[in-house]
Amino acid sequence: MTQTASTHANMQDASRRARLAEFWYYFSENRGAVVGLCVFVLLVIVALFAPLIAPHAPNAQFRDATLVPPFWEAGGRAAYPLGTDAVGRDMLSRLLYGARYSLFIGVVVTFLALTTGIIIGTIAGYFRGWVDTVITRLMDIILAFPSLLLALVLVAVLGPGLNNAMIAIALVQQPHYVRLTRAAVMGEKSRDYVTAARVAGAGNFRLMFRTILPNCTAPLIVQAALSFSTAILDAAALGFLGMGAQPPTPEWGTMLAESREFILRAWWVVTFPGLAILITVLAINLMGDGLRDALDPKLKRS
Amino acid sequence: MLRFVLGRLAVLIPTFIGVSIIAFAFIRILPGDPVMLMSGERVMAPERYEQISRQLGYDRPLPVQYLDYLTDVLSGDFGNSIVTRRPVLDDFLTLFPATLELSFCAMILAIFIGVPAGIFAAIKRGSFYDQSIMGTALIGYSMPIFWWGLLLIILFSGTLGWTPVSGRISLLYYFPPVTRFMLIDSLLSGQAGAFKSALSHLILPSIVLGTIPLAVIARQTRSAMLEVLSEDYVRTARAKGLSPFRVVGIHALRNALIPVITTIGLQVGVMLAGAILTETIFSWPGIGKWMVDSVFKRDYPVIQSGLLIIAGVIMLVNLIVDLLYGLINPRIRH
Repeated sequence: MTQTASTHANMQDASRRARLAEFWYYFSENRGAVVGLCVFVLLVIVALFAPLIAPHAPNAQFRDATLVPPFWEAGGRAAYPLGTDAVGRDMLSRLLYGARYSLFIGVVVTFLALTTGIIIGTIAGYFRGWVDTVITRLMDIILAFPSLLLALVLVAVLGPGLNNAMIAIALVQQPHYVRLTRAAVMGEKSRDYVTAARVAGAGNFRLMFRTILPNCTAPLIVQAALSFSTAILDAAALGFLGMGAQPPTPEWGTMLAESREFILRAWWVVTFPGLAILITVLAINLMGDGLRDALDPKLKRS
Repeated sequence: MLRFVLGRLAVLIPTFIGVSIIAFAFIRILPGDPVMLMSGERVMAPERYEQISRQLGYDRPLPVQYLDYLTDVLSGDFGNSIVTRRPVLDDFLTLFPATLELSFCAMILAIFIGVPAGIFAAIKRGSFYDQSIMGTALIGYSMPIFWWGLLLIILFSGTLGWTPVSGRISLLYYFPPVTRFMLIDSLLSGQAGAFKSALSHLILPSIVLGTIPLAVIARQTRSAMLEVLSEDYVRTARAKGLSPFRVVGIHALRNALIPVITTIGLQVGVMLAGAILTETIFSWPGIGKWMVDSVFKRDYPVIQSGLLIIAGVIMLVNLIVDLLYGLINPRIRH
């Protein structure tokens, strides 16, 4: 008895490994996706070790060095490789610390939107009927607003700040997960294996989250990558509008907002934070494309 | 077809009611006293408070207040702005043409570059051109447009001095608004150089606002085209000996454009969200900047009704797209 159980576990283990290997095979075929992954890993390392890498503290002001250009321009100093901002803070250090905020925002928003969206979507797709109608209508209502406008007003209501910005963005993203999960669950629900599990005596809760949900993950993973990058963009946009992270937080969007009045005098205070956002979002989107190719069987061989 | 239209409308009405409830609720769940907020005053005597409270109808139960608001809205009264003291609808109608003009130019740009680029990438699939077009599209898609706008200002307005930094037209020109579309009004005014000034103000904001829709349209056109090109009827058309131009341009394109049209329709919401950022950067006097300013000035009647009007516009556009889709793709109707 124990032997069969362990063989069974072994087989499961082996099939999981085989699936992972297949996934990696398709993922690594997409060169862009691998590049995106490398950049992303690098960003994670930067975010984790920012205090060790950064030459200065992110909010340290050097009064004798305001708006110093990058080191390769005339007047640049080696102590501030990417120059300083209007109050003499080191750009490079602020950018490195900024990676922490962006990745943190991406993780928190995606987690919030994903978990609530999956739970609500599974319930809607599984029970159908009036529950489904109410949930679908509610999601339609949220989707009727332009997402950034709704997030902006929500943050204005809740009070400006990074936490409220993340909550607002998660709220406007969550309908996408609800719709995806609902559609996937509806597709799976009438399959034979679900009926079999039901006949074997599985309850609603088990059927929803243990039997059906694991077979609906592929589109959700792709959507998660997408919403990770959208979250970073939207949070930076809110920061830029003055409704996200508040100064002196070295969040990239907030840095851009602070630098707006200097755009025609000091190009570096504007260029670098935006470039950091672009590179991060681009890396994640490249990964997202690779994930889609590797997980979507319909596109796999096209 | 009539049933299809009615069916869509039946879904729209509860959604609109829901949207109005949310817009209404925002003011009531705001931290702070709605009477003080809506009247825009900071200190007031208790008698005056009572008076305004009664005047605004805040002494009555919430459901009654909501029904009042809905009745007002349906009869075209969206309340008055605290800041301008003008009806919100009037302000909206004054500013909306500016956003419409900007979005229209941005969309033209996105469609006329995005669709051909996508088709070209699909035909030359896997080639260097395909990869560069799709690479560029992905960069555009990942672009923080507020930063993109600032970069363009640095380059074209700062360094090169080609385009103005903000506004819709140079202060040198003044003419009464006729259509409120600056390009048309400047032509109608007959003043030399006015049209050129309006156009040069429009270029950078259009590029910025059009960037993300352009990238999305190019990607969508490519994948729709690839799907269609592998269909049997395209192979048949090729086998019949039709010229590649006819096969791609007529047989394939017609069907590939169906999903592309949906994508274009969906970009309207994206555009209105993008207008918030674009108009803020370029001080473009449209509804995006209007909403941001209202949020900062805590002009709650504007926020409440602005949200409702904008959501209404988007729902209307989505409805039109849906109907168009039903028109060109009869399978959807049933």
